[in-house]
Amino acid sequence: MALLQALRIVAPEELLSVAGLILLLVAAWAGDKASRTISILCVAVLAGASAMVIPALNSGAMGPDTSAFFGQYRADAFAAFAKLLIYLSAAVALIVAPPFFDRFRAMRAEYPLLILFAALGMGMMVSATDLITLYIGLELNSLAAYVLASFLRADGRSAEAGLKYFVLGALASGILLYGMSLTYGFTGTTNFAGIHAALAHGVGTGALFGIVFMLAGLAFKISAAPFHMWTPDVYEGAPTPVTTFFATAPKVAAMALTMRVAFAAFGGQVAVWQQIVTFAALLSIVVGALGAIGQTNIKRLMAYSSINNVGFILIGLAAATQAGAAAMLVYLAIYVAMTVGGFVAVLLMRDADGEPVEDIAALAGLSSTRPGLALALAMVMFSLAGIPPLFGFWGKFVVFQAAVAAHLVPLAAVGIAASVIGAFYYIKIVKIMYFDEPAGRITGKGDASHIVILAASALAISPLGYLATRWLGALAAGAAASLFHPL
Amino acid sequence: MSGFPILSLMILVPLVAAIACLIADAPTARRVALVATLIDFALGVALWANYDIGGAQWQFTERAHLFAGFDWALGIDGIALMLIMLSVFLMPICIGASWLSIEKRVGEYMAAFLLMEALMIGVFAAQDLYLFYIFFEAGLIPMYLIIGVWGGAERIYASYKFFLYTLLGSVLMLIAMLWMANEAGTTSIPVLMAYDFAPGAQKWLWLAFFASFAVKMPMWPVHTWLPDAHVQAPTAGSVILAGVLLKMGGYGFIRFSLPMFPQASAQFAWLVFALSMIAVVYTSLVALVQHDMKKLIAYSSVAHMAIVTVGLFAFNVQGLEGAMIVMLSHGLVSGALFLSVGVIYDRLHTREIHRYGGLAINMPKYSLFFMLFTMASVGLPGTSGFIGELLSLLGIFQLSSWVAAVCTTGIILGAAYMLFLYARVIYGVQKNADAAAMPDLDTREWLMMVPIALGVLWMGVYPESFLAPMRADIAALDARLAQARPVGDSRLAAAKPATAAPLAPPAEAR
Repeated sequence: MALLQALRIVAPEELLSVAGLILLLVAAWAGDKASRTISILCVAVLAGASAMVIPALNSGAMGPDTSAFFGQYRADAFAAFAKLLIYLSAAVALIVAPPFFDRFRAMRAEYPLLILFAALGMGMMVSATDLITLYIGLELNSLAAYVLASFLRADGRSAEAGLKYFVLGALASGILLYGMSLTYGFTGTTNFAGIHAALAHGVGTGALFGIVFMLAGLAFKISAAPFHMWTPDVYEGAPTPVTTFFATAPKVAAMALTMRVAFAAFGGQVAVWQQIVTFAALLSIVVGALGAIGQTNIKRLMAYSSINNVGFILIGLAAATQAGAAAMLVYLAIYVAMTVGGFVAVLLMRDADGEPVEDIAALAGLSSTRPGLALALAMVMFSLAGIPPLFGFWGKFVVFQAAVAAHLVPLAAVGIAASVIGAFYYIKIVKIMYFDEPAGRITGKGDASHIVILAASALAISPLGYLATRWLGALAAGAAASLFHPL
Repeated sequence: MSGFPILSLMILVPLVAAIACLIADAPTARRVALVATLIDFALGVALWANYDIGGAQWQFTERAHLFAGFDWALGIDGIALMLIMLSVFLMPICIGASWLSIEKRVGEYMAAFLLMEALMIGVFAAQDLYLFYIFFEAGLIPMYLIIGVWGGAERIYASYKFFLYTLLGSVLMLIAMLWMANEAGTTSIPVLMAYDFAPGAQKWLWLAFFASFAVKMPMWPVHTWLPDAHVQAPTAGSVILAGVLLKMGGYGFIRFSLPMFPQASAQFAWLVFALSMIAVVYTSLVALVQHDMKKLIAYSSVAHMAIVTVGLFAFNVQGLEGAMIVMLSHGLVSGALFLSVGVIYDRLHTREIHRYGGLAINMPKYSLFFMLFTMASVGLPGTSGFIGELLSLLGIFQLSSWVAAVCTTGIILGAAYMLFLYARVIYGVQKNADAAAMPDLDTREWLMMVPIALGVLWMGVYPESFLAPMRADIAALDARLAQARPVGDSRLAAAKPATAAPLAPPAEAR
């Protein structure tokens, strides 16, 4: 009976793995001409998996009923919140890809499957309550991601991105594993609840090293400074639909995983990791803001922007409260909407022959040649800068609110003052699009699916988004409560 | 009228019109914008007509729990009413000023202005801390675009400077607001206005709000964005910037800093006075040597705003009333002066003072209006400027005769630079043939000038119309400030009442 119960709890993962294996066979027999059909089926599978996690989110599921396989796995409201964002981002990555890859005649049936398996891995990451589950999920996601980064095999930049991602990802995994082995060695368990109990009476030097190494490994995965160096190269080199995916789903998964590790495993020793997180948060904000200023490639700029955003999300973690966790989830949801909008706008940047354009200089005067695209991208930029009334402001607002409520006023003040540096390069993009004379390079027609997704994300980050704050806040609060609920 | 969400409607009308303008062609966009701003003006007049003087402190209140953590809460008192009236009064004039001079991307331009109007009304009507912040900050986006897209040669530098300066000023205010809401457990501005924060905390909160409002106001030495922004902005942009956006700083002081942190306000009054005194003297002297008309008026704005701040921090009724009247008057007068510059700029495309001269000969009607607005800026009795400056300085004189003495030199210096400007542009010989050939005001310009001129005279001759709605609110604020009022240096002491010598009884009674 316990097994049946456990199998029921992990139903979304079962659906994804079974569907993934079947579609893999389909791909093997039908070949690349079936890739569009497989993509559509994968989106349907993700929609099905989303439907399966929604009840847990709505009911704010928590407690022993959500735990499976002897405490190795939890399908609570927190996991459901993260999974919904992951599945949504994965679906977007599937929808925007075919028009992009078709240009290079590189749309292959493996692409949707790799995204599906990555989503499966990420689902495991956010549900993991054991170091082993955590690592399996992380590697399943990472291995799929390395292949995705170098998906345009013929393109040197894409191959370089894949290799860099692999080498640095492997290094990060090694650091993480080392931290996990230390943690296991000094607590005698791989279970989060067990680690929490074992550390209840203080942290020895060995366990401290374990915590630090684990946080460093996770900081690699969320690309928080000072472990962010791979991000701009990988984001620039990877095919843009893959970059869209990297910037959204794995960020959500790794961030949720970090939260779970910080609160469920090391939640009893907040003082030990709080200063590390504070440092990483402020450094990410500053590095992300300063690094972006000199960029000439829009994808690199968005990479620095994501480092900057990770810094703001980590302020919520530094608050180390339930409100802080809820604020992080709200921020993540808004971040996904903004990032999808930003990268889909990049996908829409085509020259007259339909070749993708990534130069920031090519955006000059876009507002007179492509007013709709310019307006949407301007909204994304103001939103990323956190200027009200765009919805990006709300994300920053809630994390700073949590920081102030946790009496971290100096952190909030420094963080928000540093956000002004970031505003400089965001408004620079707006300046290039609106104030400069048209460069006339971006003239190509965009694909209808891209335009629809861009319009949807622009609508989400518009002031209308505020009408969703109560609903979003309630869901995030429920999810955060389940994260803090002891097993 | 009670229960009808007139304030929401006033915010909604320009928003809807802004979206319409984005998709309309140029002539339609102009008409849509004019009609929308006139509707808002009509709604504003209805608002004023239905405002119950002496009634409840907060009227036309609306509250809808739409958002997590804060409400869509609107409502006005007399102070907000007057500033909303100023905004809706100036907006149709701004649209008129842009009617011909804006030729490219008219729809987007009108949309930006209409968005600006919605946000300005929102700022003055917001009764929720966070709602106020959202409206307050959101104004950066349309103004950034107005300066950057339709501005002059140095527009990009000016737009960056405007955006980043104001943003940096404001973000710390957000942290202060978060702390206040956390401490007081409410985001309602009326409740917070009566909440007593601990004096130690007040100090930090006051400084955080000061950072924002001082930049917005702007006060010396953080005023440097203003001349750049004014000079580069299109005429209507300058009008709205000087007319209304600067007033948000003063409104912030009167709505937040003074009632919420009275002790800290008293404690830091010396800082405000010092900065204001420097501003009055320094920026007036700087204005005296400008070659660019817009820059001259921009510096005069800084000097006038300094009179507002000393009035506000005088901690008495005269000072507060004077500050409000200076704000309203400056909104009209500086707006009108920028319009006057715009009129001749449209003809000759230069703002250099020496390119003009002797305009009284070929533009007599223009010279008349320019004269009126110059005199109002100087503070001639009978114009709005006089009422405000007199009250402000009377207020501060009760507190510190030194501050009053230094600030009063501003009036003399103001007369110097304004009359000097007027003399160089309007009088003298017609040394430039092209300037001498400029036609006088046309009907459109006439229609823009006359309402402002009437407003300036009305406020100068019968200020009671404008003071009456604010009287109760200023009295309430004065009562709130009584606990912290600093001691004045005039050392008023009641003399010993002398008993009159008994009159000698009439001779007949003897």
